[in-house]
Amino acid sequence: MDQLRRTMMFVPGANAAMLRDCTLYGADAIMFDLEDAVSMSEKDTARVLVYSALKTFDYSSVETVVRINALDAGGAQDVEAVVLGGVNVVRLPKTETAQDIKDVDAVITKVEAKYGITPGRTHMMAAIESAEGVLNAREIAQASDRMIGIALGAEDYLTSQKTYRHEDGAELSFARNYILHAAREAGISAIDTVYTDINNEEGLIRETSLIKQLGFDGKSVINPRQIPVIHKIFAPTQKQITKAREIVAGLKEAEAKGAGVVAVKGQMVDKPVVERAQYTLALAKASGLEVD
Amino acid sequence: MQIKHAASAGTLESSDITITLKPADSGVTIALDSSVQKQFGRQIKAQIEAALKALDITAVNVVATDKGALDCTIKARTIAAAYRAADVQDYNWEEINSWIN
Repeated sequence: MDQLRRTMMFVPGANAAMLRDCTLYGADAIMFDLEDAVSMSEKDTARVLVYSALKTFDYSSVETVVRINALDAGGAQDVEAVVLGGVNVVRLPKTETAQDIKDVDAVITKVEAKYGITPGRTHMMAAIESAEGVLNAREIAQASDRMIGIALGAEDYLTSQKTYRHEDGAELSFARNYILHAAREAGISAIDTVYTDINNEEGLIRETSLIKQLGFDGKSVINPRQIPVIHKIFAPTQKQITKAREIVAGLKEAEAKGAGVVAVKGQMVDKPVVERAQYTLALAKASGLEVD
Repeated sequence: MQIKHAASAGTLESSDITITLKPADSGVTIALDSSVQKQFGRQIKAQIEAALKALDITAVNVVATDKGALDCTIKARTIAAAYRAADVQDYNWEEINSWIN
């Protein structure tokens, strides 16, 4: 079953209290930020703080992600620290080409080899924040076996497009759909951009409903208050759960019989439908809904 | 590691600690001001001392202002202050990783 990524919460890497408390809010993934959220003068201290937190706190209930700096701006040290700390995913900022991914992959590979870490244990994801990045999304998504997702960073992207956020999101339509297609082609997750107006719950609901409809796995989150709102939208309906249970029961029955074909109520069910049913049940379970 | 000049790391925010290291001729002194001094003062000093020892710093005056930092934060701030005070930019992660937990 794929890892759920309904919410990926940004946590400033320099904030000791947030590093301790961030798992309390129920996000599927926590993204410790060593890049934009940390001032230039505190890059060194934040790097050690995040490393120490990764070594100490029990983050097993979430997927840990660290947004590193560019390789020529301390990123190589970031990689060594967080891979050694045991992070699940290294996130690249402002990814524009497949080469960006390959360059960081090479640094991770070197660090894993240096410390005897299982090769490939550390995953990667890319944040796409420019027109060039969007147009190269297919190559970026397939640039490394470590890749598990692509995230859209809308603020920088829209600046590069000479526009800004609108309520209906039309200005993000191409980027969202293209990134989503690139992610699906590569078999990885697609994470939507943050919703920055934290006091506008109605707007968050509208935007989350849209990106769920498109097929995104989830959204980046900048405030813990946004997490339950997003999770509620991603929660399947009772009807969807019932249908998914029937399909998964059909799968188990087919496996028990050694049958290659899954049938539910006399009708054959295709593999993608079975996979979607399993994903629905995982979403339901994560949403605290009865699945058994 | 040799302390070449005074340097600090950390903040005065809740759950953090500010560690300032200053050159000394010999020995380690720690002046601690903590919001939890009575309960944890001795433990905080022990954490700082242990980190300094692991970093092979034997002559330093430490001034620490604690706002309820956990052990992992105390260690991280001590390491960062030490590297700054020693003018070393490239961290020896292998060495740090051998003792931090």
